[in-house]
Amino acid sequence: MLKFDGVHTHYGNIEALKGIDIKINQGEIVTLIGANGAGKTTTLMTLMGIPQASKGTVTFEGEDITHKATDKIVSNGIAVSPEGRRIFPRMTVYENLQMGAITTKPEYFDADLKKVLGLFPRLEERIDQRGGTLSGGEQQMLAIGRALMARPRLLLMDEPSLGLAPLVVRQIFEIIKEINEQGMTVFLVEQNAFHALKLAHRGYVLVNGEVTMSGTGEELLASSEVRAAYLEGGH
Amino acid sequence: MSVNNQKNDMLALLKDAGIAGLIAAALALPLAGFKTFDVNGTLTAEPRFHWVLVAAIVTFVGRFTISIGQRTFFSSFSKAAGSSAGSIGAFIKKNQTTLAILLLTAAIIFPFSPMANRHSLDLAVYVLIYVMLGWGLNIVVGLAGLLDLGYVAFYAVGAYSYALLATNFDLSFWICLPMAGIFAASFGVILGFPVLRLRGDYLAIVTLGFGEIIRVVLLNWYSLTGGPDGISSIPKPTFFGMAVFSRNAQDGLPPFHELMNIEYSTLNKFIFYYFLILILALVTNFFTLRIRKLPVGRAWEALREDEIACRSLGINPTNTKLTAFAIGAMFAGFAGSFFATRQGFISPESFTFIESAIILAIVVLGGMGSQVGVVIAAIVLVLGPELIRELQEFRMLAFGGAMVLIMVWRPRGLLAFREPTLKLDGQDKKGDGT
Repeated sequence: MLKFDGVHTHYGNIEALKGIDIKINQGEIVTLIGANGAGKTTTLMTLMGIPQASKGTVTFEGEDITHKATDKIVSNGIAVSPEGRRIFPRMTVYENLQMGAITTKPEYFDADLKKVLGLFPRLEERIDQRGGTLSGGEQQMLAIGRALMARPRLLLMDEPSLGLAPLVVRQIFEIIKEINEQGMTVFLVEQNAFHALKLAHRGYVLVNGEVTMSGTGEELLASSEVRAAYLEGGH
Repeated sequence: MSVNNQKNDMLALLKDAGIAGLIAAALALPLAGFKTFDVNGTLTAEPRFHWVLVAAIVTFVGRFTISIGQRTFFSSFSKAAGSSAGSIGAFIKKNQTTLAILLLTAAIIFPFSPMANRHSLDLAVYVLIYVMLGWGLNIVVGLAGLLDLGYVAFYAVGAYSYALLATNFDLSFWICLPMAGIFAASFGVILGFPVLRLRGDYLAIVTLGFGEIIRVVLLNWYSLTGGPDGISSIPKPTFFGMAVFSRNAQDGLPPFHELMNIEYSTLNKFIFYYFLILILALVTNFFTLRIRKLPVGRAWEALREDEIACRSLGINPTNTKLTAFAIGAMFAGFAGSFFATRQGFISPESFTFIESAIILAIVVLGGMGSQVGVVIAAIVLVLGPELIRELQEFRMLAFGGAMVLIMVWRPRGLLAFREPTLKLDGQDKKGDGT
């Protein structure tokens, strides 16, 4: 469904991605793990076209999207729940969800809203509350819900567990699993390697802009290198 | 021990107030210490140092009282003031529709009331021009969050395009009005392109520069704009092309009073201006209220809140910003052509930076994005200085002081709440009410 072929990305003179290859199949949860500065977010950003890849190609459903504008990529069927959630704090939950649906046809709105509120009953309780007044976990739910309102076929998530309590992280990952079971392909970028690998069908490990390992979630969880680098220290 | 502390405190406060008094004296010496006279063409100054003394003493006593007060009852007082302000905001919010209808009725009845005379109608028109400009700028600053310090440039473009079209090509006001809007909007797009990548302070500086460029071009392009002499004898608008507002028929059009079968009065013309700008302003308002509910309007608001999130939702920030600039500029263009036709004379003098500053102050003082706030702020900022004319040279001092006080009292503007544009049916009772 989505393919990175030897993608290089530069920030000025700094090469952040040094030729990565990643493949995501329909219906999978694929996770990308790595330390700070490994290039996880850059991978997502390259996919979204800010910045665009300097070498290599990104293809989505057979179409080359390497040099497409961000808004075209979104309307192609890729939605993102960005790092740090970035909900609109002065807009209500309802308006936030509406913003997510801004690229879709209005006739889908009611059904989509019902679906998202079904996934996140908490959001329904807070529907007229301003985004800024929600707790961190609720904001993350809102960010995911907002992304789903765009009717994507591929959902990108950048660090959905960032700054959340362990219990809430588990809830969020439960929901990601549920979304996936309903047929959504998910590309999950995470620092929380343990949870991410447990959830994911397949995973890639990114170190200094290069993919050093890949395999199924269980394989990576069992691998001694992954354990040593990301899972030691009481996770 | 505590007595000693209090004594030290007192000394510190006195010292603080003393410094404030000295600064006030130093400032007052050049500002109020001399009164200037024009004696036979030469400027002479007469010292009046007692004024300096008064300023110093007032500042000293004031500063001392405030700092004592801050320790005792002031904190509770300001809290009370804040909550009363909050309840005013809540009251306005609750009765918004009623209030809007009342304001509108008052605005419609006003020209037929005994209060209406040439002077009051002129003032009302003046206020309404600023209300319209405030609403127009509110689209750019309040909704899209693009700080524009050169808004007056579009106002100037509108005014000059009407003046030039009408004087050179003999086109009527009703044809020129939309054209002025289109010209101003295209200037908005021209400004929009280079500043698309800029944000915040950088954007403000570039817009400021743009405003000055327009003014300087108008000033120096003598062959077209008449430079500092401006353009005079700009034609007055007709009554929708059916009648003129003079005693006798002109250009084959009958006079208004004959068409309407009423007594001739010079007021007719001013009442017509009043309603013309009222309608233009209301069109701006309804347009803004409507567009906030459409995708492009929501995209503006989203852009103000978080540009990166907007991109991730598939909004094209380029188009969004350009439409905000263009539409905001268009309304300034309408207001500009009305201004030109009402004044009958325009020159670059009318489009200086201070105009941009006043319009921006109206938007900020009203509470960014609040439509009713703009009306109140325009009345305060435009009528206020007119009402305190008796203060003569201290007028602007009092005006500035009042603005500072208002912003201390309501730091986020007079009506700083954002009304959600949409609600889920049957969910009206819920919500956090902020």
